[in-house]
Amino acid sequence: MNIKVLFFASCRDLIGTGEREMTLPDSATVTDLISELASEQARFIDMAPSLMVSINQAYVERDAKLQDGDEVAFIPPVSGG
Amino acid sequence: MADDVYKIQDNEIKSDALYNAVLADSDGAVTTFAGVVRDNTKGRGTSYLVYDAYRDMAEKKMREIGDEVKEKWEIDCVGILHRVGRLEIGEISVLIAISSPHRKASLEACHYAIDRLKQTVPIWKKEVWTDGGEAWIEGDPSALASR
Repeated sequence: MNIKVLFFASCRDLIGTGEREMTLPDSATVTDLISELASEQARFIDMAPSLMVSINQAYVERDAKLQDGDEVAFIPPVSGG
Repeated sequence: MADDVYKIQDNEIKSDALYNAVLADSDGAVTTFAGVVRDNTKGRGTSYLVYDAYRDMAEKKMREIGDEVKEKWEIDCVGILHRVGRLEIGEISVLIAISSPHRKASLEACHYAIDRLKQTVPIWKKEVWTDGGEAWIEGDPSALASR
């Protein structure tokens, strides 16, 4: 499946881009996506525990299953206001 | 009854930007809150701030906050604006205006709304200090437990 992955703030700085298209095996979960990103950027695994994850703009847990066409975002602790 | 307003914007937010938008003849109160860029963080001088947002989701989460306060209090109309990009000292980063028939509801709802915004809305602040340093500020990760 193909998904769009968004990165913000400190997470964008680490990954080096705000948006990526990625291809993952069918039935992959958020955890699988984190592993894939960590295999490319080892420090991502250190940051991951503090990140919230959304799928199609709704917060989800790590075991959430991804689907083709999903928009996934990695969300550092928010600091608006 | 006016339409609610939930918007992430790049341009300047004026302090009265939402007042007329939320006001109707049946209202007896409008509470507004403005978050403003301060010149220091715990004594360290701030040069300017940069805000980033996941725009579509941020507007959606702000609308959820508006829906929440309307469930909890007798509220007429809610407006929330948040600015992104570079902000100078004294400029408004966030503006909330809430109208209600009676004052207590809008006062309490406005306080609740800014607290929730700081917990759930995907917006980030980078502080750029006068000493040349800069860093993305991270909120309390546990706050999202009550997302």
